[in-house]
Amino acid sequence: MSEVKFSKEHEWIKLEGDIATIGITKHATEMLGDIVFAELPEKGSNVEKDGTAGVVESTKAASDVYTPVSGEVVDLNQSIVDDPSKINQDPESSAWFFKLKIKDKSEMDTLMNKDEYDKFAKESSA
Amino acid sequence: MDTKKTSLYQLHQDSKAKFVEFAGYQMPIQYSEGIVEEHKFTRNHSGIFDVSHMGQLFIYGQKDLVEDLERIFPLDLKNLKLNHSKYSFLMSDNAGIYDDLIITKIKDGFLIILNAACKENDYKILKRLLNDKYKMILDEERSLIAIQGPKSVEILKSVIQGVENLNFMSGNWFTLDDYNIYVTRSGYTGEDGFEVSLTNEFADKFTRRLIDKGAKLIGLGARDTLRLEAGLCLYGHELSKDKTPVEANLKWAISKDRILKGNFIGSDIITKQINNGVNKIRVGIKPEGRIIAREKTKIYSESNLEIGEITSGTFGPSVNGPVAMGYVENEFSKKNTKIFLEVRGKKHPATICGLPFYKKSYVKGVN
Repeated sequence: MSEVKFSKEHEWIKLEGDIATIGITKHATEMLGDIVFAELPEKGSNVEKDGTAGVVESTKAASDVYTPVSGEVVDLNQSIVDDPSKINQDPESSAWFFKLKIKDKSEMDTLMNKDEYDKFAKESSA
Repeated sequence: MDTKKTSLYQLHQDSKAKFVEFAGYQMPIQYSEGIVEEHKFTRNHSGIFDVSHMGQLFIYGQKDLVEDLERIFPLDLKNLKLNHSKYSFLMSDNAGIYDDLIITKIKDGFLIILNAACKENDYKILKRLLNDKYKMILDEERSLIAIQGPKSVEILKSVIQGVENLNFMSGNWFTLDDYNIYVTRSGYTGEDGFEVSLTNEFADKFTRRLIDKGAKLIGLGARDTLRLEAGLCLYGHELSKDKTPVEANLKWAISKDRILKGNFIGSDIITKQINNGVNKIRVGIKPEGRIIAREKTKIYSESNLEIGEITSGTFGPSVNGPVAMGYVENEFSKKNTKIFLEVRGKKHPATICGLPFYKKSYVKGVN
């Protein structure tokens, strides 16, 4: 059974066993506009909850991507680096960013569920 | 202070624009399709740009005015034909650029198009330099609409007959619905196109007519990517009070005859720089791969010396890759010189390249 949660920095995270798949939300892509560059963390590196773990750039500006939980980077989605426009097309599924082997499942409890995130996104863009 | 709105504000809203404040105006940064689509539509079809925030300065006078303006602008204005335009600069005594502008000879005087953020200051400077001798109107009653891209001539001529006969960098008065409209064949995208000066009350109706003919509104975001691909300078980025036209690699815009004779504001420095060279000069920069080097990115030589800074950098949708301009020390300014750009603490390879990144298609010889 997988669980999808959301961060205030507009990342989504899907946990399956101890492997978390992380990407940015559709709301984030709408705020950013056309994404033309993506940079991912290094495979094998360790990232800390709320630390930077990548960059996306639109034609207008660069934005950091944060990781909502801590863990070791075990997989990267090279296809979004080769064609960053995929992030705008399918942000919450095929255009995932990286996968982590997570250390502490309780970090998931600090994140929002879908309803809470939708409300948060609506309020933060109002 | 309240931000100003152009006459097309309602149309922008109706077209679902995202707004930003720019030079004191609420301006559309993009519409619903986004910057990349707007950029490509302009290159392939026809884009409409609301540039009504720019200054339209009319100065009226005869022979004296020509002589007085030649002491300000490094142009051969005596030989500028009626309805012909030139790119130029308003400079300080040190040849620093207060503004870059387009000056057009019109009946009874000149029309100067100024940058929005500079126009009030330009007006004061010019008024002082001309000793209040001439009638000067910084016209807030007129809008300025640009239409750019390969289909623009067909679209605009179906609304204003005769514009197809204009050559690049020339203009004329036309009449439409009893309004006097001044049209020049010019622009800021590297595409064939026109800039249309018309009274505010007609701007909305006129622009909706262009949209009915198939042109689309384009925001400031795509205007920036288009001009950068075309290798054109943006005031406040490539150009400032601390840069001269020679440093900005724009000496082509200074009349050769005027360089020889001098006698314009900043001419001592300009002559000196043309003869002795400059320390830093504006160049085109092509980053390798996809890395985007934004404004203020530091530039290093192959031997790791800091040699300059990026002034504009983005992703060029038509080039399908990153593009940038910046200033580097003269000895590193040759085409194909390998350089490094420091982005987020890491040095990325790049190459000095010629401009534009995207080839222009201006229409020069209609007549």
